[in-house]
Amino acid sequence: MSALARDRILAKLRQNAPSTANALPDVAAWYAGHRPVETAADKARRFRHFIELAHAEVHAVTPGNWTQTLHAVLKARAIDRLLVAEGTPHGDAALDDLPPHGIDCSVYDMAIEAWKTEMFEATPASLTGARAAIAETGTLILWPDALEPRLMSLVPPVHIVLLDATRIHNTFFEAMTAEGWKNGLPTNALLISGPSKTADIQQTLAYGAHGPKELIVLLIETTEAAQ
Amino acid sequence: MSEHTLHFRPADGFRARSKAVVDNPFLRQSFRGAMDFLMAKRAAQFPDPEELESLRSLGEAIRQYNLAKLPDLLLQLESRLTANGVKVHWAETPDEANAIILGIVQGHGATKMVKGKSMVSEEIELNHAAEAAGIEALESDMGEYIVQLAGEKPSHIIMPAIHKTKEEIARLFHEKVPGVDYTDNVDALIQIGRDVLRRKFLEAEIGLSGVNFAVAETGTLCLVENEGNGRMCTTAPAIHIAITGIEKIVEKLEHVPPLYSLLTRSATGQNISTYFNMISGPRQPGEKDGPEEVHLVLLDNGRSQAYADEQLRKTLQCIRCGACMNHCPVYSRIGGHAYGTTYPGPIGKIVSPHLLGLDATAGLTTASSLCGACGEVCPVKIPIPELLMRLREEAFSAPRANPVMRGQGAGYSPLISAIWRAWAVVYQSPALYRMVSWLGSRLGGFLPSRQGAWTSVRTPLRPAPKRLRDMLRERG
Amino acid sequence: MSEPVESARRPSDIYFFATCVVDQFFPGAGMDAITLLEREGIRVHFPEEQTCCGQPAYTSGFPDEARRVAAHQLTLFPEDWPVVVPSGSCAGMMKHHYPTLFAADPQRKAQAEALSARIHEFTDFLVNVLGWQPQDRGGDCTVVLHTSCSARREMGVHLTGRRLLGDLKNVRVATQDHEAECCGFGGTFSVKQPEISGAMVEDKVKALKATGAELVVSADCGCLMNILGHAAWQDEQAGRTTPSLPGEHIASFLLRRTGGAQ
Repeated sequence: MSALARDRILAKLRQNAPSTANALPDVAAWYAGHRPVETAADKARRFRHFIELAHAEVHAVTPGNWTQTLHAVLKARAIDRLLVAEGTPHGDAALDDLPPHGIDCSVYDMAIEAWKTEMFEATPASLTGARAAIAETGTLILWPDALEPRLMSLVPPVHIVLLDATRIHNTFFEAMTAEGWKNGLPTNALLISGPSKTADIQQTLAYGAHGPKELIVLLIETTEAAQ
Repeated sequence: MSEHTLHFRPADGFRARSKAVVDNPFLRQSFRGAMDFLMAKRAAQFPDPEELESLRSLGEAIRQYNLAKLPDLLLQLESRLTANGVKVHWAETPDEANAIILGIVQGHGATKMVKGKSMVSEEIELNHAAEAAGIEALESDMGEYIVQLAGEKPSHIIMPAIHKTKEEIARLFHEKVPGVDYTDNVDALIQIGRDVLRRKFLEAEIGLSGVNFAVAETGTLCLVENEGNGRMCTTAPAIHIAITGIEKIVEKLEHVPPLYSLLTRSATGQNISTYFNMISGPRQPGEKDGPEEVHLVLLDNGRSQAYADEQLRKTLQCIRCGACMNHCPVYSRIGGHAYGTTYPGPIGKIVSPHLLGLDATAGLTTASSLCGACGEVCPVKIPIPELLMRLREEAFSAPRANPVMRGQGAGYSPLISAIWRAWAVVYQSPALYRMVSWLGSRLGGFLPSRQGAWTSVRTPLRPAPKRLRDMLRERG
Repeated sequence: MSEPVESARRPSDIYFFATCVVDQFFPGAGMDAITLLEREGIRVHFPEEQTCCGQPAYTSGFPDEARRVAAHQLTLFPEDWPVVVPSGSCAGMMKHHYPTLFAADPQRKAQAEALSARIHEFTDFLVNVLGWQPQDRGGDCTVVLHTSCSARREMGVHLTGRRLLGDLKNVRVATQDHEAECCGFGGTFSVKQPEISGAMVEDKVKALKATGAELVVSADCGCLMNILGHAAWQDEQAGRTTPSLPGEHIASFLLRRTGGAQ
């Protein structure tokens, strides 16, 4: 059925497709003309402004102290259990630094089918990295992978993300072109711009619709980026 | 290859349904308030008219570029997705699409499907077909969940439950969700929905979603959402089935950022949505989550008919933002249900005739004052008023051989056509016009005081005793 | 919108295309527009053969009939003078839709394009061609302006009416709620969908009255027919003998405020 439908649909379209192609729209020119080049500090400021507008919490941290801030964030919420990605630098750092402070760090070391209920019902918080970010919309870019799987940034009610400020791009277009995304994307790439939300009931904004109720960004600003 | 069974003819009863809404002051006020809110939010997103205009032009150019290459891009998409491990299916009709989806579900012996927001799944009435096959198909977008719980259909493509108040939703939850006390606190209501649906995400075997953009060069399905239910549906269950119309395709990844920006800013006045979910394949060896299988169903359902005509093809530029509804004085008076079609509002009036045939929708084409507000805000510059005039022509002209559309001529009335022909005879002849308008000026006072629908809320029309030309002649 | 021209290119002659609605239902508005233009020293030519722009058939889905009627109007303006139309809607039809209507007929298409360039909505002509600055001679008064959708969206002239009223020093121009929204006329829409059209004009009249303005003015008689017709119907229903919302074409208002025929 599907193969026959395929041939028929394509035949109908081909029969009536325009004979000449349109010029390829110049997306790059539009961005060059409408989006200024920004300094790293400006980008970090804008990123922070917009993601905070979207109800995320941002903490400025350094490469040396971020696990202390992470601990403070968890303590303030009385959370004593954190899902981390073992094998990633940030996951391993958390595994080293947090247990002595009484935080139970669990790891995502088996396929979800083996512990789906626990993930949904007994995982109050997670820590992931962000690959990059977008200043003009306050957006985190995550490429989940085998070490740091997709559901880590979705199921736990509190999602904490570590972001290096030098990784902030001005626009989504800049991010995908600078990083050459068209040459290969992971099975799942994500843009995240705040905690889960909905306005489906009488246009009233409510957070924590299905995904994380809280999104917390630990923003590593080195002196270079802060200038 | 059966023709899709037409469950009803939306144009029948349109006037009665719209009257019921305009006669209800509470509903009138509630729609107007909601639309005012969305219009203000959109306006705040586009403070710079030059940026807006140039971005709309870019959006239009991108959509037209991709539509011009549509058959090639569909093949490219299919080949990339297949290489990525995604199974691609094609359906000409809603029945075929339902058969494909239910076939996948039954092939896995599954009975529970959880759905992310998908207007195409509404278009094919998948929930209906699933229910008939004994499969639970649960909507998980909060608005869709509310609408499904109430046994209704969405009244807006972006905000499905916009016709409901929080008090109505509070009563609905109290009555339909076991163990829930009445509360009209919105946060509490959302928490109730969250609790119910997270259990469903945990248990569901199949996740179904729509697609906002399908990228041919990378074989990527892009989904736009705020709630996270779309990510749940496409990540937690073992099988993910996506369904999309064949038009939602772009060749290049770089086509996505401008369209995505136009979409969220036009739809809800957000500079970006909470989530942008880009799916390029099922779970790979070593990965610990994500669906084991990903399917894409490409649906035609009348789109190739719109594609065949250069002017009507512009209908397919749509990115489903709903801004035309929010700005439409007709939609804001009657809401989405009155239309009786899956897609309401201005875009619904130009899309539905291709999905359902003009025989079922001819009357809907008249439900516009052609004020142009829809075309003015359309992020990809679809000339909606022009297309409506074209559809009126197709609907009301005499049936022709080789019509461009199913149901062409369905609204044909020999009497109405004769009246317009007579009108043209008079108005193309100065002598006849002079005579008829003179008679009008003489008889103005004798015209009936009841002039059909016009005088239902207006005083009768009476030509002036002297025409302008008479006054000019007298003045010398 | 037209580019302002220097006084050297200020036209001495214009054609006046009254529109069928003005000819038959609002002849006073047409007369006032002509009088005002003449008072400004312009010779106004009214081709007797004119009928209708063809828009009613065009928007109703009968383009062949519209084309036949439009083809006749194409022949009426032989001299290279501006064509002034006291209606944004009909001007929009002639300026923007005529070239499309004759797309398949090269000769007429060229005529339509040439004509299109000479079409001016009345207030646009006053502001952007004549550079007219009205001198207000009336007493204090509050008015509210309704701009038709075609004038606003097709002709881009919603600002010129407001500009002219704004130049009248004793006139306060009120702004109604949902100012840019359609009044619900839409030609045959008003009779094909009377419930929706009725709701729209009801809301429009309510918003106009809520401004407290003494008068509604508009550059489009189609809208006025609808708005004033509904206001008068409300008055009838309520047994009122004085109109609760009087209104007139902007040409009549401008002429009166600036000293009349003289």
